[in-house]
Amino acid sequence: MSGAIPTREVARRVFAAEFNDATHTFRESDNERAPIYLLLPTGARANRVMIAGTLTEKDNIGDDSEYWRGRVVDPTGTFFAYAGQYQPEAAAALREIEPPAYVTIVGKPRTYDPEDSEDILVSVQPESVSVVTAATRDRWVVETAEQTLDRIEGFAPEASSYAAMAQERHEPVLETYRNQVISALESLDTAEPAASPAVES
Amino acid sequence: MSDLDTTTDQIYERFAPEIEGLAREDIHERLDTLVNEYRVPLDEATRSVTSAYAEEAGIDQDSVGGEENELRPVGDIEEDEAWIDVEVTVTDLWEPRSESIAQVGLVGDASGTSKFVSFSTSDLPELEEGASYRLSNVVTDEYQGDYSIKLNRTTIITELEESVEVGDDSTTVEGALIDIQSGSGLIKRCPEEDCTRVLQNGRCSEHGEGEGEFDLRIKGVLDDGKEVQELIFDQEATERLTEITLEQAKEMAMDALDTSVVSEEIRAEVLGSYYRVTGPTFGRYVLANETEELAEPVDVESTLIRARSL
Repeated sequence: MSGAIPTREVARRVFAAEFNDATHTFRESDNERAPIYLLLPTGARANRVMIAGTLTEKDNIGDDSEYWRGRVVDPTGTFFAYAGQYQPEAAAALREIEPPAYVTIVGKPRTYDPEDSEDILVSVQPESVSVVTAATRDRWVVETAEQTLDRIEGFAPEASSYAAMAQERHEPVLETYRNQVISALESLDTAEPAASPAVES
Repeated sequence: MSDLDTTTDQIYERFAPEIEGLAREDIHERLDTLVNEYRVPLDEATRSVTSAYAEEAGIDQDSVGGEENELRPVGDIEEDEAWIDVEVTVTDLWEPRSESIAQVGLVGDASGTSKFVSFSTSDLPELEEGASYRLSNVVTDEYQGDYSIKLNRTTIITELEESVEVGDDSTTVEGALIDIQSGSGLIKRCPEEDCTRVLQNGRCSEHGEGEGEFDLRIKGVLDDGKEVQELIFDQEATERLTEITLEQAKEMAMDALDTSVVSEEIRAEVLGSYYRVTGPTFGRYVLANETEELAEPVDVESTLIRARSL
């Protein structure tokens, strides 16, 4: 019986810098309705993510109907979140929230390949957008640091197919992601004034 | 020796003294017909054949049922409509939702806990919270993958002198509350006997249109980035978590002419924050008995040390 119920996908914790590097998506089967996964450079697949940070800007970029774009800044970079008529609750939240505000967003990773650019843009299609406290944002940073370190530590292309895929697609420099973790954690350490290197972006 | 042979022997030994000329072959054949020809599960077949011989022997069937049942751990019940015996302690008594229910609550033994229901029509003695009993001839029930036991007219309740220890099957989970599922907030339940189904557009899937009784609950999803755990907050737990009482929820819905304002308010209140939740497991849910928001500052240093030494 339980085999018939599709299991809910976990929400991966990933910093903005790694997320924006994750330009490759894939499906586990040829079925068109099979879930789409984003391949994280540290060797994991993500069908859902939970992000946190400061909502610094929001714009309604829709023509006929509302289409909200939010910029959410974490200690390593900026996430872009897009919500329109098919994400009514998230769109309503983006309409209501006045930046700057700490938010957590749970949603689906999406990639977009613009015609006029070499870059593939990675964004989040939110299922929910919530205003949270600074303590919650900090907790997410430490949790995301821990789980990023878990992935770096466990990165073994010979043992994990996702690591192998990441190795082939991204050739990740794990040191970079480790350094991002360190600077993210240092930014929380109020004792060290050299905090938040990326908040200026 | 096959299961059929074992069962045949058991039935033979039980009835040989009472039924003259009882033959093992006859018992075996009856069992074999039910099990192999009609695909009846062995325990049901055993029950059926036993009760047939009991009738033949003129023995009160209920007493046979009581004796023939297996003593089972309540935490491991995984079949519907099985007649069993349990030895348990009453750990929780809840407010019955309907007059037809005499008592409802939780009973437990070393293996864990299970919901139990006792009906007014069965006219059974009341169970006391904290006391231990042998409940002979109860029947298991399944609803959406969760198992419970029902007491009935033929159930024999024997208070035990020695207290049955209840295994701690409660779990503690931590993570971000990342989803509030549909069916959360202010809901209406079917008021029919032994039915607590949630009404959909004023209809119970079993009993049709009905007035319904208001209740407050949350079906939530806790996610720690590695695993997903579904949670249920009952009325009390929902009130504690959201600081919205059932009465306030009704007023909110009345003012808005819409019950969905309640779940929207709950979403705004709790989504995206971190919680530690403790409670017993029911099927795929953890029942949130204790909930604590994780608001204290986090330990940055140890993670920083780990990152630097990697």
